[in-house]
Amino acid sequence: MLAKEKGLAFVLAGGTDLLVKMKAGMIEPDLVVDIKKIKGMADIKKSATGFRIGAAVPGVALSENAALSKAWPGIVEGANLIGSKQVQGRCTMIGNLCNGSPAADGVPALIAARAKVVVSGPKGKRTIAVEQVPVSPGRTCLKKGEIIEAILLPKRPPRSSDAYLRFIPRTEMDIAVVSAAVNLVLDPKGVVNDARVALGAVAPTILVVADAAKALIGSKLDAAALEKLAAACSAACRPIDDKRGTIEFRTKVAGVLARRAAEIAYRRAGGKL
Amino acid sequence: MPLDTSFVARKFKQIGTRPLRPDGLDKVTGRARYGADYNAPGQLIALVLRSPHPHAKIKKIDTSKAEKLPGVKAIITSADLPDLTNGDRGMRDMLENCMARKKVLYDGHAVAAVAAIDATTARKALKLIKVDYEILPHVTDVDEALKPSAPVIHDDIFTDGVEPKPAKPSNNNKRATFGHGDIEQGFKDADFIVERSFKTEQTHQGYIEPHACVANVNPDGQGELWVCTQGHFVYRNQCAALLGMDISRLRVTASEIGGGFGGKTHIWTEPLALALSRKANKPVKLTMTREDVFRASGPTSSTSIDMKIGAKKDGTITAAHGVLRYHGGAFPATWAEFGAMTAFACYDLKNVRSDSIEVIVNRPKTAAYRAPSAPMAAFAVESAIDELAHKIGMDAVDFRIKNAAKEGTKSSYGPVYGPIGIGATLEAAKNHPHMKAPLGKNQGRGMACGFWFNFGGQTCTDINVTPDGSVTVAVGTIDVGGSRASIGLMAAEELGLPYEQVRVVIADTSSLGHNDMTDGSRGTFSTGMATVAAARNCIKELCKRAAKMWDIPEDAVEWVDGMAKPAGSNAGNFPPLSIKEIAAAAGNTGGPIAGHNELVADGAGVSFATHICDIEVDPETGLSRVKRYTVIQDAGKAIHPTYVEGQYQGGAAQGIGWALNEEYIYGKDGRLQNAGFLDYRIPVCSDLPFIDTMILEIPNPNHPFGVRGVGETSIVPPLAAVANAMSNAAGVRMTHIPMSPPRVLKAIEALKKH
Amino acid sequence: MSSVHVTTTINGDAVDFVCNADEPLLDVLRNRLGMTGSKEGCGTGDCGACSVTIDGRLVCSCLVLGAEVGGSKIETIEGMAKADVLHPLQKNFIAHAALQCGICTPGFLVAAKALLDNNPNPSEEEIRFGLAGNLCRCTGYDKIVRAVQATAKEMRGA
Repeated sequence: MLAKEKGLAFVLAGGTDLLVKMKAGMIEPDLVVDIKKIKGMADIKKSATGFRIGAAVPGVALSENAALSKAWPGIVEGANLIGSKQVQGRCTMIGNLCNGSPAADGVPALIAARAKVVVSGPKGKRTIAVEQVPVSPGRTCLKKGEIIEAILLPKRPPRSSDAYLRFIPRTEMDIAVVSAAVNLVLDPKGVVNDARVALGAVAPTILVVADAAKALIGSKLDAAALEKLAAACSAACRPIDDKRGTIEFRTKVAGVLARRAAEIAYRRAGGKL
Repeated sequence: MPLDTSFVARKFKQIGTRPLRPDGLDKVTGRARYGADYNAPGQLIALVLRSPHPHAKIKKIDTSKAEKLPGVKAIITSADLPDLTNGDRGMRDMLENCMARKKVLYDGHAVAAVAAIDATTARKALKLIKVDYEILPHVTDVDEALKPSAPVIHDDIFTDGVEPKPAKPSNNNKRATFGHGDIEQGFKDADFIVERSFKTEQTHQGYIEPHACVANVNPDGQGELWVCTQGHFVYRNQCAALLGMDISRLRVTASEIGGGFGGKTHIWTEPLALALSRKANKPVKLTMTREDVFRASGPTSSTSIDMKIGAKKDGTITAAHGVLRYHGGAFPATWAEFGAMTAFACYDLKNVRSDSIEVIVNRPKTAAYRAPSAPMAAFAVESAIDELAHKIGMDAVDFRIKNAAKEGTKSSYGPVYGPIGIGATLEAAKNHPHMKAPLGKNQGRGMACGFWFNFGGQTCTDINVTPDGSVTVAVGTIDVGGSRASIGLMAAEELGLPYEQVRVVIADTSSLGHNDMTDGSRGTFSTGMATVAAARNCIKELCKRAAKMWDIPEDAVEWVDGMAKPAGSNAGNFPPLSIKEIAAAAGNTGGPIAGHNELVADGAGVSFATHICDIEVDPETGLSRVKRYTVIQDAGKAIHPTYVEGQYQGGAAQGIGWALNEEYIYGKDGRLQNAGFLDYRIPVCSDLPFIDTMILEIPNPNHPFGVRGVGETSIVPPLAAVANAMSNAAGVRMTHIPMSPPRVLKAIEALKKH
Repeated sequence: MSSVHVTTTINGDAVDFVCNADEPLLDVLRNRLGMTGSKEGCGTGDCGACSVTIDGRLVCSCLVLGAEVGGSKIETIEGMAKADVLHPLQKNFIAHAALQCGICTPGFLVAAKALLDNNPNPSEEEIRFGLAGNLCRCTGYDKIVRAVQATAKEMRGA
């Protein structure tokens, strides 16, 4: 249907971005396709290879899934921060991703988790890394007629966990001024042997900061490693001044949040600080 | 005989109790009807086309394509709103603000409006209207607008209050000065001086209900308007004037109102709805979108204030001088004057001066916002006072107690005070458990004082006794927050009846004489006074009827505990008559029984407050959270204490939002960037702690029950209370409101470098 | 855009309506079904005044299309009281003066009911965060939170 439409066609899952844009007159769809009742779209499935989250799963359903919350608390807390309770009743992770905002709350932890998405289109299916989807603010790599039907999360090794923190001036309801997701895997001695750090709202797309991850690997999150992590994050930032924050502010706080998220993920993974 | 409105101390039977409000049921079930909840049969839907430019000449408006769209029934531009204001500048500005004439003066200024069969058609029609603009340079900052290089927005504004009058027009419409004494000498006598400049950004009242109305004008010139408003009589008078209608031909019915705080004391789109209805000959419903509310209703001023205060080492303030620059948006106004008048009102000062400078900028027309202009002035004064106390080495509260105004003090704005509560609120604050509570890591405590004049104004009230002996009270003052219950209590108290037997309604404009708006914290004060007066007139009538029934002289009857009684044993041995019995016989004694009153409520009591705030600041991010907040305010007499508490809490919450996160953000292009609740950040439930309140009662000698207005004062202290707490928590003196995390972090980092 | 015919259930009653394909549920409720209890404060999901529940989930009706609710169970403020018996939340909002102008009250009641239905014993923090999607400009939230706490206690005890 999406491929055949000659005018503007949009997918409707949660609708919490689509309807806002329609109301503002930013988009005038000729066709809207509601995917919520398509078989499999509303399911969270756990298998030996990991989790599969359907495109129509509302944000609130993630925290209702005990296994998912245990394995990926960072991903779930990201989802719980999208909008309000009312928005979480409808919004979807994939909608959040496809909206293409670098400040999206649902995405940094997915990227830190090395999540993939299944893209489905008239020419068949393909699986790509989550970070390949947004190409610039508001735009994705999807071609006409393509939709994302699911998120795939890899299997979780023991002693691994994640965390997501965002900075907002109030306690709720704000778009992230800057955010950080950290995913860690520890060895039996509590030494970090795998790490991934993603920053939101500090660049046109979400940043994966390799130097920040490197700073943690081989450490037990001592002060020097955390210092290096924060510095690497601040150095990687390319933020803008806008109505939500300044360059100066985002750069400094990115480092602070990454450090704090790393500490939370470390404790969750069983590490002792 | 004129009504004696002096305070008489007595033991109240009903006043001070906490009955349930009469409109509660409708409001918790969704039945209550607000502005947008009414629909007229056959109504059209109206939408407004607004300028995307902050300052531009309108060269041409082409509505021809839009007119041809099926379903469009009327389109108006300023050509449909002839200038009938006859030299009244205030009305002319109002007209021009409703719809731009030759120029657009701010981003969001209305240029045309459409009425169509549905919203979809109206939206399409707006897109088909073509406007040719010639863009002009703009200025949105209050200080920038005063520079000689700034574009002059109106070429017919020459600064008032300056001698000689300037030859060139400017953006400074007025200057004024208040105060007394010799500040130069006063500063010479000071041992310590604090001198600082402060800036506050523009905020909006933030009511959750957008403006909405349904207008109907018949070919014979009679009009009806259903609208959410704080003053339906004022709206009637102004709309009628602008549309060239006799006032009595326009009947305005006020809906329930979903918040106003001053923003619904001014007409915005109502004349457009009436003009569209007149042109289309059908009812027209016009609801402002949330974006339009932010862009084109009436936010408060942004300000720039210089403050200088000096004191001796024993803590006596010897001189205080404030220079206050406020803007009125794109039209001349006098908001800085209110700031200048209230700034030093809490203190007993020998030498004091405040200078007000009124500015015009390319922003929407400023309207009142709860104690208009006072919060910004108090921010500057109370911050400087706090810093001065610190310099001297005196406790912040003690310093204020030493200099507090009292009965007999000549205020900085002129009048001499009667009995007032500032001293009492400070003493109460000093001894409040909040002051002694321990503080945690990164936490700090601050306090500040505030003042508001409160208004009286024109008020009419009708009391009618129904055939079964219950009572209806018709008032013309809008109930914004539950005052119906308080009016009912006052009528019940005066008449000696149970509260449940009294029903209060807000009447439409055809049913009562003129009533001023619900502003200036006058609702309970003025309407209460008029209600008491009407009740006393009603009692006179009831006594008259009892006298007739007993066949004794009128002056031989008195009214006691809700009953007519013979006054003294000489009058006769009659058992008392209840209002029910008198009402039942009314047909035989002269007809329906009523008491009526029109007055100008005078002697509104000033209201003072002291607030205490605990704040926690994260030194690594500048994030702050209010952990504890206490409001101590003098109410004169709390008619319904629960709703007085509610006013204290609501004002404090707005002040906290203003202090920490709320601001209008304009880009270099002069356009408003955050016209919505997402990025115009008002406090959410999780941002605030419980707000403790303490009601003091120092009776207002000019009101029968001692009432002072309470609605506004509580928004005045928070900006400074929060800033002073921030200073104690993080060591930074913030001079730019709001104290958003980026500003706070910048200040903390700067401090670290030293 | 075309029209859509929808069959759904609102407050327990079977309801049929026709709406534009791009029409929000809030507009359907207010303009087509005469149910003006849900309010439009912003139209963009930032204020919660339009809150309803759909199949037990709290949502902003301004962010849901009328076309999406076929076969669903919708609960609005109009369905909260049963005949003339108020829900304890409604009773306590009046008793605790948890409303001043009242425009946000329907949204708060629906959100608070959803909160208590899922969590009968919420902490103060859980109440505050659970209601963070509902803006109030009059009360400072103090008496709203107290009314919800009192109701939770009452409903647990009853």
